[in-house]
Amino acid sequence: MVTATDLTVTLGRNTVLEGVDFHAAPGQLTAICGPNGSGKTTLLRALTGDLPYRGTVELNGQDIATLPAWALASIRGVLPQASALAFPFTALEVVEIGLARGRAGGDTRAALQALARVDLGHYASRPYQSLSGGEQQRVQLARVLAQVAEPVAQDGPRWLFLDEPVSALDIAHQLEVMQIARDFADAGGGVVAVMHDLNLTAMFADRIALLSRGHVLAAGPVAEVMTTDTLSRAYGCRLRVGAAPAPGTPFILPHAATLAAE
Amino acid sequence: MVALTDPAGELTEAEAPRSRLARARRLHLWLALLLIAVALASLTVGATGVQLWDVARSLARGEELSRMERVVLMDIRLPRLVMGLAVGAALAVSGAVMQGLFRNPLADPGIVGVSAGAGLGAILAIVLGALLPPALLGFAGAHLVPLAAFFGGWVSTILLYRVATRRGHTSVATMLLAGIALGALAGAVSGVLVYMADDSQLRDLTFWGLGSLAGASWTKLAAALPIILVTVAGASFLGRSLNALALGEATAAHIGIPVQRMKRLAILCVAGATGAAVAVSGGIGFVGIVVPHLLRLASGPDHRALLINSALLGAALLVVADMISRVIVAPAELPIGIVTAVLGAPVFLWILLRQRGVVDL
Repeated sequence: MVTATDLTVTLGRNTVLEGVDFHAAPGQLTAICGPNGSGKTTLLRALTGDLPYRGTVELNGQDIATLPAWALASIRGVLPQASALAFPFTALEVVEIGLARGRAGGDTRAALQALARVDLGHYASRPYQSLSGGEQQRVQLARVLAQVAEPVAQDGPRWLFLDEPVSALDIAHQLEVMQIARDFADAGGGVVAVMHDLNLTAMFADRIALLSRGHVLAAGPVAEVMTTDTLSRAYGCRLRVGAAPAPGTPFILPHAATLAAE
Repeated sequence: MVALTDPAGELTEAEAPRSRLARARRLHLWLALLLIAVALASLTVGATGVQLWDVARSLARGEELSRMERVVLMDIRLPRLVMGLAVGAALAVSGAVMQGLFRNPLADPGIVGVSAGAGLGAILAIVLGALLPPALLGFAGAHLVPLAAFFGGWVSTILLYRVATRRGHTSVATMLLAGIALGALAGAVSGVLVYMADDSQLRDLTFWGLGSLAGASWTKLAAALPIILVTVAGASFLGRSLNALALGEATAAHIGIPVQRMKRLAILCVAGATGAAVAVSGGIGFVGIVVPHLLRLASGPDHRALLINSALLGAALLVVADMISRVIVAPAELPIGIVTAVLGAPVFLWILLRQRGVVDL
């Protein structure tokens, strides 16, 4: 479980998050949604211990403030929104850096498997800096996957914290990356992802925490949160939520498009 | 940075980067051999006609060394060689650690003001040392300038750390800017002191400022060598952490690196190694920039091999530079800082141009 209670984050003079409660269960993909500036990334960074916060954050029942960096690293991997690399490491070396803690042997094999998982096995010896933004993001995802190694270990589930994992990707790779996250959750691991794309969220997430101005506006299963009324209120514009034909997942259209359809 | 085009699949792809670290580690051996060769050459080159070969031959015949041979080898060339090795390793490793810490291949102890602080300490001692009470002066003696340089480097590092660190977090940007400010301040105070200096002090200052190994002695080494050995050995454990830091502080922490502790250790290593090196040899520039950069080009940026290779190549490079400085205008000698600057400044500019092509600073 990820359990955050009464989380408040103040950056400078601004209170970016106030009194936020957040839950995520293993075996599920929990999306954090909300308009720009609603505190999505701040919430994720508080959950991963990157920002000072008031309140408590527990991961698998342990207060993350009491866990040393290496212990946290063995439980969860974090994919940041953007990653700059300082020196000309290759894609494979970047993934291997993620294995800095723990497993000594078989680093290369694990790293290569992770690269293959994100469809970049053939770029292993390319310099990371020569890759496109989307490719770099997938290399970083491979690094995170290699770091946590497996969705469930003996001492509990593993977690992926993803900050807009598909923001730089084309639609095929968006689906592929979301499927990787979905598979991780289906295998018993936990995924917490900041998401911009509501339709991808509807397709892949189990639960949504919908933020607005530093508060949780709604939280719960996708079908409960993704209503025309709730989403329109959160984003401050008129949206229409429909149901996709086959699996019945919601889809969201901006109002202009719904006008055209009608 | 060879992009393999072999379509054979994963194994070939796997071996290329892996062999990059392996190649970097094989380089340890070659650099160590180079170091030994350079060291032997250095022992045999000098103003007097004492040849290492002759000495070895008389030793093999069981003959006693002449007094001249003993003095030249044991009291002049050997301490100078050891000092060259230690200072070269210290400067190169300091540079590699700083660059890893600042995530910038142009970072150098010279940039964050450690060298400037050490320099100011030395100049203070040269110009104002005579004003000290005679008893204290007699006590400090020949150690005064090195001690002051070491102290200056140490103080400037602490000051820098105080300015750039808040609530346990070091901001690299603030630290770089603070380093520039400290360097300027130290330069200004040094300028005032130089203005006050008399002619003989001016010559001392020039000599010291350009850097030289000419003052090498066992007493100076006794003060500097332990610090350099401890800090260089300590730095060699930072490899994995510095690799992780290349992905940014947040990601390094996510990977499990205790970032703040590791940064403190890195700063201590740099302050110790640079302070001790500047104290005994003055401002020898560019070693810390050139050596790690060449090694990154040759065998990749992996710090697990880079730090050790930097120590080896830095030591070898400085000994070679010292030989050049002794031979090129013999029987006089050029300050070694001039030699390293002539070798290093073009490389520095080249890095700058290359970097501007790739990353916009």
